[in-house]
Amino acid sequence: MKFRVFAAFAGPSLLLMLIFIAIPLVNVFLQSFHNTQSIFETVEIETCTPGFGTQTCITESETRPVLGEDGKALEKTIFVGWESYRNILRPDQAWEAIKQLNWSGLMAIDFWKALRFTLTFTLISLPLVIGLGLVIAVAVNSLAKSIRGQVIFVSLLPFIITPVIGALSIRWLFIGDGILTAMLEWWLQMDIAMFAQAWTIELMMLFYRVWHVAPFAFVVFYAGLQTVNNDTLESAIIDGASRFERLRYVVIPHLMPLIIFVSLIHLMDSYRVFEEIVGFSSQAHVISLQWLTYDFLVPDESGNRSISRASASSMLTMIGIVIILIPLLRKTWKDHRARVL
Amino acid sequence: MKKFCTAVVAALLLPGSLWAACAFDNQVEIKSLSAGFQAWKSVTDAMAECGNFQAELDQEFRDKQVEAFAANPSLYHIGGVSNSTLVPLVNNNLVRPLDDLVAQHGGQLSENQLIRQNGQVVAIAMMVNAQHLMYRQDILDDLGIAEPANYEEVLAAAAKIDDAGVVDYPLGATWKTGFNIALDFVNLFLGEGQSLINDDLSPSINNETGMYVLETMGRLKEYMDPEILVSDSTYVQQQFQQGKIAMANLWASRAAAMDDEAESQVVGLVTMASAPMGSARPASTLWWDGTVIASNITDEEAEAAFRLIMEGMDTEMVQANNDDAIWIIDGFAPGKSAEGAFATAANGAAPYPASTEFGIIFNALGNGLAAYITGEKDAATTLADIENEYLVGAKEAGLIQ
Repeated sequence: MKFRVFAAFAGPSLLLMLIFIAIPLVNVFLQSFHNTQSIFETVEIETCTPGFGTQTCITESETRPVLGEDGKALEKTIFVGWESYRNILRPDQAWEAIKQLNWSGLMAIDFWKALRFTLTFTLISLPLVIGLGLVIAVAVNSLAKSIRGQVIFVSLLPFIITPVIGALSIRWLFIGDGILTAMLEWWLQMDIAMFAQAWTIELMMLFYRVWHVAPFAFVVFYAGLQTVNNDTLESAIIDGASRFERLRYVVIPHLMPLIIFVSLIHLMDSYRVFEEIVGFSSQAHVISLQWLTYDFLVPDESGNRSISRASASSMLTMIGIVIILIPLLRKTWKDHRARVL
Repeated sequence: MKKFCTAVVAALLLPGSLWAACAFDNQVEIKSLSAGFQAWKSVTDAMAECGNFQAELDQEFRDKQVEAFAANPSLYHIGGVSNSTLVPLVNNNLVRPLDDLVAQHGGQLSENQLIRQNGQVVAIAMMVNAQHLMYRQDILDDLGIAEPANYEEVLAAAAKIDDAGVVDYPLGATWKTGFNIALDFVNLFLGEGQSLINDDLSPSINNETGMYVLETMGRLKEYMDPEILVSDSTYVQQQFQQGKIAMANLWASRAAAMDDEAESQVVGLVTMASAPMGSARPASTLWWDGTVIASNITDEEAEAAFRLIMEGMDTEMVQANNDDAIWIIDGFAPGKSAEGAFATAANGAAPYPASTEFGIIFNALGNGLAAYITGEKDAATTLADIENEYLVGAKEAGLIQ
């Protein structure tokens, strides 16, 4: 392809990536080292608020931002270096806990607690999604052609549900005496509270995520199955390979590039786990890195937001994703090199 | 942190033909943003009768209110606020002083409705609210328990109810992580007559009072639903209505729901009482809800918005929706559902101490308290970590050096 043709095709997309990905990224990177704050003054203010019948007026000193001439609160932006990162990572406290092998000491810091959950969630859901996707794909592939369409449609349904809505549905099935909790209680003859401890919540989150994402893996693998070389399969049958051996030595190697593709997408997605936390309102027990960023960003009761820490937290999340993708990217690169040579 | 799930967004756009009960014909396009509970729905419905009015009712309104009002022109003309959400609007100079409009159109307002700062009217209040004790009169009578006046008596009553086994859990509480559990801690703390932040803005919770409050919460937890950390006002209200709990500290604005025959199985059985006393005052805080008008709009729009507010907060609206809230508008007839809140106020409960720094410690409490309730951290560590979190936040905001 001529360079000009290539540029004409890739140009618009590169431009949009520059505007919507690269520039915000640089911006967030810079913000994570800066902090914008209002300038406060202490003033005596008489405030009258309504009571039950009578008004109460009190005069007290209050901290207020200084207003500039344009009527807006004055702000200053200062360079804070690594401070926001330090406030999130708490390196001293964390190192102290690690040296003493004090697990609960480490988990007392929000970032490490969130990292622990994010990593276990990502790494446990990965094989489950790949495995389940593969099983459904192989099963559907061996169905009679006449019913395949309907089965594919039904298996895709979880994937098209909006994630927050899906998470809320699971929550309502299990919270309090929800239908499924009531059923479990009746079946096991014991009192069950699914939202009272971390491990049951994590289990529900894993279940939800696998249920939600497996259809994606299934569709990709199913497409791949249509291109398996039938001659190779037939010769494997003649050689006496069992069904499992055919899957292990013919089908899976053929699907390997797709498996890596699905893994990459899934790792990136599930490292940013967020909907489950909000949907299950699990922050008392389980938090994730993405939720931490969100929490810094949301204004509190009095409108304060921690933009600087939020930026630092999202940079850390991005670094985490890069690190977790390195093994797979290296493998892809090696395969690519091997093929080129 | 929070609560997408409870977010209710309802947009009402009433066609011009429906200005039935309105005194004037509104010609200016007016929009409002407020919380989404029933009282707001009643008030905005009454405003909509004048036409050209669009209300957005959203329980998560505080996430966007400041930014929306900072736009020029402001995205909304009328804002629904409470003690705490008024703070960032006033701090950023986003609300309009209302003295002129009050003089011109506000004849119906009582002095109690005018929120003043240094003499200037910045907001118009419509209702007050407080958390107070609700209990099942039938259960306490059966077991011969008198109305609990403080938390020791609540605990003793809970123990008796637990032994009798008449309900699933003797106690309910609004302890959902975030806003709810933070407010309960603040209520207990203020009940002891102490303040959470010193005059020099340093935190003051890792002390005897803080330990006492956490210890009390730990003892209360034993009589509660194990899923207490996801339990918000609606959840507690439903537990009451379904007869699953016998006592709880709950918002006055939820009291009428106990006698709602369509939902409740305990109609007439729930008594409203004062919030339990701390050693200084009731363990509760007084709140108000009201409206502000944005500063970044034209005078003409402001006038129309103010007249709409007067229409929404008139006696007619109160008489039609008497039990939705404890209105402080002329025509309100306090009924049984207001008794608990009035008793709490009469016992001397403090107003919620809204301020910039309080927002930060409140946020730190909302995120940090759960670790103690789940048993992850002990009381001292929990309080130290919350103080630390406050210091980081206050320093970042520029409040302390």
